[in-house]
Amino acid sequence: MAAELAPELRSSVAPASGTHPVRRSAARVWSGLWPKLGAVVLVVVIWQLVVWSGWRSQAALPGPWSVMGRLAGDLSQLDFYAGVALTLRRAALGYAIAAVAAIVVAILIARIELARRSVGALMVGLQSMPSIAWLPFAILLLQRSESAITLVVVMGAAPAIAAGLLSGIDHVHPLLIRVGRAMGADGLRLYRHVIIPAALPAFVGGLKQGWAFAWRSLMSAELLVVAANQASIGQQLQSAGKLFDMQQLLAIMVVIFVIGIVVDSLFGTLDTAIRRRWGLLGGEA
Amino acid sequence: MLALSEKHALSVERLSVAFSHGDQLLMALDGTTFEVKRGEFVCVVGASGSGKSTLLNVLAGLDRPSGGRAHVHGRVALIFQESALLPWLTALGNVELALELRGVRATARKSLAFDLLDRVHLAGFEKRRPHELSGGMKQRVALARALAQDADVLLMDEPFGALDAISRDLLHLELERIWSESRLTILFVTHNAREAVRLGDRVLVFTSRPGRVAHEVRVELPRPRSLDSPELAVIAGRITERLKHEMTNGS
Repeated sequence: MAAELAPELRSSVAPASGTHPVRRSAARVWSGLWPKLGAVVLVVVIWQLVVWSGWRSQAALPGPWSVMGRLAGDLSQLDFYAGVALTLRRAALGYAIAAVAAIVVAILIARIELARRSVGALMVGLQSMPSIAWLPFAILLLQRSESAITLVVVMGAAPAIAAGLLSGIDHVHPLLIRVGRAMGADGLRLYRHVIIPAALPAFVGGLKQGWAFAWRSLMSAELLVVAANQASIGQQLQSAGKLFDMQQLLAIMVVIFVIGIVVDSLFGTLDTAIRRRWGLLGGEA
Repeated sequence: MLALSEKHALSVERLSVAFSHGDQLLMALDGTTFEVKRGEFVCVVGASGSGKSTLLNVLAGLDRPSGGRAHVHGRVALIFQESALLPWLTALGNVELALELRGVRATARKSLAFDLLDRVHLAGFEKRRPHELSGGMKQRVALARALAQDADVLLMDEPFGALDAISRDLLHLELERIWSESRLTILFVTHNAREAVRLGDRVLVFTSRPGRVAHEVRVELPRPRSLDSPELAVIAGRITERLKHEMTNGS
């Protein structure tokens, strides 16, 4: 039997060369991190240089240190966290509704040819439509309410998620479907055991893109709709703008950026884990 | 039980399968007739385009015949050239899924799956995913999965075509052992005449375009046969001649 062991398999069975596993993984994290840190440092340096050049007054364009100081101040206030929590809650709600709706629609389109020709065509149009275009409609329909904001987020995220899942379902290897059917999986069981898992990598890609759209839509909507007593992130951004408080404005922008990046990297981690498990990653997996 | 009492595991009667290709009608199979006895190991050789894969698809119920009848008595399992394992499941998971779809209770599945992988000499590799296995090992898992389906008839579509010579030799032995231990009936499609003579009780030679049984060879050599034995080479040589003749006539 030994003759049949693939060479790459044998090498992966053998203990990895020398170095301590913890140190190795720390080194890997560092090698992924330093280019990003470098980019941040570069942006901060350029920013500081522009401020030093005296192109704009300190009030119109504060330096990075004063903005960081302001951010630290914000971070020590409870109200700020309440605002972040409100925004994240809206994002989560809208995103969850979008995901459920997208799954239902994508499966219908995949299963029913007529749905593909009708709803499928509409979906392509929706995907290219900026979701903020839904806002006036949402406000007239639902007033300046939580529901209006949710509607805009859903319309932003759902088409991208559905498109990802649909392309995953459409591109399942036909041999896997034959195998599933030959093993006796039919209808729903074929979806559960073969098609959905096979489509999962593309689906996660769609979820990731859907999050980016949801987050953008939410920020646009929050800038324009005041629907709660608490100041959401978008609302804080808006009021900082009205008060000409550039320090606060930049501090909030940093928060928006960081939240976007953190959630996106969570999806990235999920994506990598799934691709590794599915054997779609080459090299050292 | 009625099926078991019958002598034939598989019968094909004047089977025709046509595919539309543009406005043309292509005959993949035209009036094919043959039978396979219960427990028999039959190989089908033919050039590419002789409708061999179509034949297996019809027998497995994945394609519809345009005319005639194809009937399998009992359960069918298919094995393809690509192992077609589900890449997100481990070797064990792939076998377990076949058991689940067959309706085996959850509590019994795991130990049964372990036993089946042990039977194809993959003990210790249960937790590997397909991309972590060699081509030969993947086909062993596919074999275990087919056994998990508790099939009476195993349909194999050039299963070892992509393997290196040594893995292929080992799998020939393995398949022969499993076949002789069980009451399996095997219909094995290949384009390799030596492989067909190595494994089959009978070899059916298919014509090209449309496919039909042109010739039948009964192989009386004792088992296990060696791919390199001169007796085997003589029979395989005759079949290859026949195939060449069919191909030059066909085109």
